[in-house]
Amino acid sequence: MSDRGGTLIDLRGVTVRFADRTVLDSIDFAVNRGDFVGIIGPNAGGKTTLLKVMLGLIEPDEGEVRAFGTSPREARGMIGYVPQYARFDTDFPITVAEMVGMGRLGRVRGGSRAEDRAAVDRALARLELTGVAGVRLGKLSGGQLQRALIARALVMEPRALLLDEPTASLDTQIGRSVYELLEQLADEIPIVLVSHDVGVISRTVRTIACLNVRMHYHHSKELSPEMVEAVYGCPVDLVAHGVPHRVLELHDGPQ
Amino acid sequence: MIAEALSYPFFQRALIAGLLASIACGVMGSLVVVRKISSIAGGLSHAAFGGVGLGYLFGFHPMIGALGFGILSAAGLGVAELRMRQGLDTLISMVWAIGMALGIVFVSLAPGQAPDLLGFLFGNILLVSPGYVLLVGALDVLVVFVVFVLFRQLRAICFDEEFSWVVGVPVAPLFLLLLVLVALTVVTLIRVVGVILVIALLTIPAAIARQWTDHLFRMMLLSTAVGAVSIASGLFLTYALSSRYGLDLPTGPAIILLAAGLFGLSFVIRRIGWRQG
Repeated sequence: MSDRGGTLIDLRGVTVRFADRTVLDSIDFAVNRGDFVGIIGPNAGGKTTLLKVMLGLIEPDEGEVRAFGTSPREARGMIGYVPQYARFDTDFPITVAEMVGMGRLGRVRGGSRAEDRAAVDRALARLELTGVAGVRLGKLSGGQLQRALIARALVMEPRALLLDEPTASLDTQIGRSVYELLEQLADEIPIVLVSHDVGVISRTVRTIACLNVRMHYHHSKELSPEMVEAVYGCPVDLVAHGVPHRVLELHDGPQ
Repeated sequence: MIAEALSYPFFQRALIAGLLASIACGVMGSLVVVRKISSIAGGLSHAAFGGVGLGYLFGFHPMIGALGFGILSAAGLGVAELRMRQGLDTLISMVWAIGMALGIVFVSLAPGQAPDLLGFLFGNILLVSPGYVLLVGALDVLVVFVVFVLFRQLRAICFDEEFSWVVGVPVAPLFLLLLVLVALTVVTLIRVVGVILVIALLTIPAAIARQWTDHLFRMMLLSTAVGAVSIASGLFLTYALSSRYGLDLPTGPAIILLAAGLFGLSFVIRRIGWRQG
């Protein structure tokens, strides 16, 4: 299993359709060593679908996906995934430590129970969750739950990390602490995160890609209102960093 | 009265079978409740009735037919659950109704005297054979062994299927295995409370247990205990009513009503506890 040059995940001409709707259209995208990529775009622009294609959860209708030199299915266990936390059943009878331990269940990283427990303890300590290890997931705050999901992905010892809206539904201060954590992690492994939070993401990541069914890739993190407007299909006001963007008027652009 | 009831071999068999059934019921019922697939479990029990009818029509044991229909339906609904994003509830309803319809049609076509369908619809635990007791015991061994060995993986797929797949857990085979075990449990429970009520015996004890613990393993233990209490209480209650007052209540429905009563009691106690806490 070899990587092509420094490219770890490689999408070429990827198109995904749900029924008669095209969700991703001819996407070319690569994740390389040292990358910290932010993908922005409007709701229903295909951001989550793109992550799921990279993970192998969704098979593209057209195009090719390679992860670590092989298919995403074969690369399972190598890519850490932090899904949107709002979709979880927080009433499920599972503790924080038990959920984080899910990251050790894979065929690649699965070790002995003692090793697994030690890895979980380390991840909990790193994310400052040791004190809530035995607490049921539903009793955590939004910020704690988000950190627990990141811990679960890290305990896999992944070679790349994908995050889906890691600060959605979090208040600004907690969201900022999550981004600070990601900045630290980005020195260790390549990270791709998707967000609609244009202002904060542009301050945090090293590269920005804009996605609204089609990809607009920028080899920098500088965003101009014109670039974002082209993606969103409507005038967008990029206000100061740290403050969410706002859409200036309704539009009939592609969704 | 208890000693008197226990002196009858038929009552001993019923009690042992019921207590053994509560083990599979507690373990699988907990997984059904947390994975929110009680409608699938209901579909499986009713689909199994088609197999009961087929057994009567072609002269083999109805339970074998029920097992076959239950496992085939589990596989079909399992694949549908994993692949279909819409319309699954419609499919479950169809399997549910078609199973019942096939059962009734097959039985009506069967030669000879019409069998006791009520026993399959509402259970007849007092008439279980020694072979059935062994069957339930074997099911318990299978269920407990599989769930013990694969506990973390089963919990993972019940909680977060996508992440489980991402880390390399074989989600589809495990989910199908889970449904097959549910089908086996459901078919076995048919003798206890019948096709129509089996879903209640699978879910009510687990729902009660969920009110008292945040751990899946403890939930299974507590659910087993609640199921055992419900079944034993139902058996003794209906025996007592029959022997003392000549009131013949069907045992299966009595078990379900007792379990439902325990659920209500548990709910009220928890609410009071929350208010005071």
